[in-house]
Amino acid sequence: MHNKTIAELAQGLADGEFSSVELTQHFLQRIDELDSQYNSFITVTHEQALAEAKAADEIRAAGNAGKLTGIPMAHKDIFCTNGVLTTCGSKMLSNFTAPYDATVISNFKKAGMVSLGKTNMDEFAMGSSNETSYYGPSKNPWDLNAVPGGSSGGSAAAVAARLAPAATGTDTGGSIRQPAAFCGITGLKPTYGRVSRWGMIAYASSLDQGGPMARTAEDCALLLNEMAGFDPKDSTSLKKAVPDYTADLSKPLNGLRIGLPKEYFGEGLSAEMGETIMAAVKEFEKLGATVQEISLPNTMLAIPAYYVIAPAEASSNLSRYDGVRFGHRCEEPVNLEDLYKRSRGEGFGKEVQRRILVGTYALSEGYYDAYYRKAQRIRRLIQQDFLNAFNEVDLIMGPTAPTPAFDLGSNTEDPVQMYMEDVYTLAVNLAGLPGISVPAGLINNRPVGLQILAGHFQEAQLLNAAHQFQSATSWHQLAPGAGQ
Amino acid sequence: MALERSDVEKVAHLARLQIEENDIPEYTRNLTSILDLVNQMQEVDTGDIEPLAHPLDATQRLRHDEVTESNQREHFQQNAPATEAGLFLVPKVIE
Repeated sequence: MHNKTIAELAQGLADGEFSSVELTQHFLQRIDELDSQYNSFITVTHEQALAEAKAADEIRAAGNAGKLTGIPMAHKDIFCTNGVLTTCGSKMLSNFTAPYDATVISNFKKAGMVSLGKTNMDEFAMGSSNETSYYGPSKNPWDLNAVPGGSSGGSAAAVAARLAPAATGTDTGGSIRQPAAFCGITGLKPTYGRVSRWGMIAYASSLDQGGPMARTAEDCALLLNEMAGFDPKDSTSLKKAVPDYTADLSKPLNGLRIGLPKEYFGEGLSAEMGETIMAAVKEFEKLGATVQEISLPNTMLAIPAYYVIAPAEASSNLSRYDGVRFGHRCEEPVNLEDLYKRSRGEGFGKEVQRRILVGTYALSEGYYDAYYRKAQRIRRLIQQDFLNAFNEVDLIMGPTAPTPAFDLGSNTEDPVQMYMEDVYTLAVNLAGLPGISVPAGLINNRPVGLQILAGHFQEAQLLNAAHQFQSATSWHQLAPGAGQ
Repeated sequence: MALERSDVEKVAHLARLQIEENDIPEYTRNLTSILDLVNQMQEVDTGDIEPLAHPLDATQRLRHDEVTESNQREHFQQNAPATEAGLFLVPKVIE
């Protein structure tokens, strides 16, 4: 059962091949047996999952089942889940039981989906390796010495290890796409404003976006159908009709114009990675697409602009953790300042502290124009690069990350070195564009992700291209050894 | 641009963040290298380019002035470290 896609599981439930309770029990059992190796879950909600599964079976028996009723999934521990521990991977929230459901969570509940639990992540989504989690790093199911990527590393590892058919993720600078690439699964970051951020713990509010992580593009389309939509409770959510994302999956790719940015295939990309990506691009040519070189001249400026905007917004967002209303509080504070300082000093890990310090510096008196404003101007240049490119091509393709998954502990000394890992993904968040990572090969038995980008609100086109690629190739069907 | 230890201490105070004495040298090095990285931006002339705040240039939506939230004080205060009579407790502020 655990090797089936969501589309197949939905069919199985509809045909009465198995019940949601049986399906849910199967995944809970796999988590209990296998997750000690991967550390992909922070919380497993056994009882709640079985109660939801039973309710889903009753809805089905009454003839009221929707497409995804009774399918289990996992949620990144950044989404507030009513009555369930919601830690964001931090000691600061290690005692926080969310008092309400995020909109994304209630959307999936309305669809009748079952929540298996909450997945591990980099603390407050700040990291590219899952190593900043207060709950210890999650491991890559393809190789336990490798990172699963981050920040949605637990979600990617759980899906790759077949502990859940799908999971939610969030992507501020690549946090869905890079772990999807490292773990050999499919992960979609939607257009900024497409999926509600309400109840999704904020890191950098002008960049954060939730999205689905699953094994196939078709599954991502099914999940996005439930996730996406206008939410009056999120002031940056956009009022735009949600199409059926599965409708265009089978459209042929004849005449599709693909652009390859020369900046994505230059320095810093290994020959092996370049060849693997070009082999994937060749598949699209076989499917009828045309390929041309394009240029995104401001690519390298995305890293500095991102590492001003994200920490600045983070330092502001994380000022809410004050030890007063919820979250960690230090012992015996002598005065209010001591309460704030020690609660925050004890509650936040090092990478979070670093980013708060950088952000506070960039926003402090006399520096605002030189840093935050400047970064916002560069942000427009970066977006303009993409908009110009989309006048010439329909989709942009390249590697999701410069390398396959790196070893645990290999990148933790120098934060700047880790930041460079995100060169291909950051710009997409700055521009607010949708992007998907699909499995496209293996290097030394570690998965490689192909990143596909499209214009604003063109998720259906991305999913169509990814689905056609997956109909012609089998990289997405490979499972890590331990999961078979 | 090399930061001094005192710069880091000042920023940590502004952020109301207690940092460990032993961590200050490392943070000073880290912040210096992060600022070196972000200073690459200064080489670009961005003269009259409009700053981008929302990727789709959307502006804040207004809504009707209606009561939409109910009082859930007890429910929300279950997560509070210390409360009394429906109030959040903090150390004495005024002597």
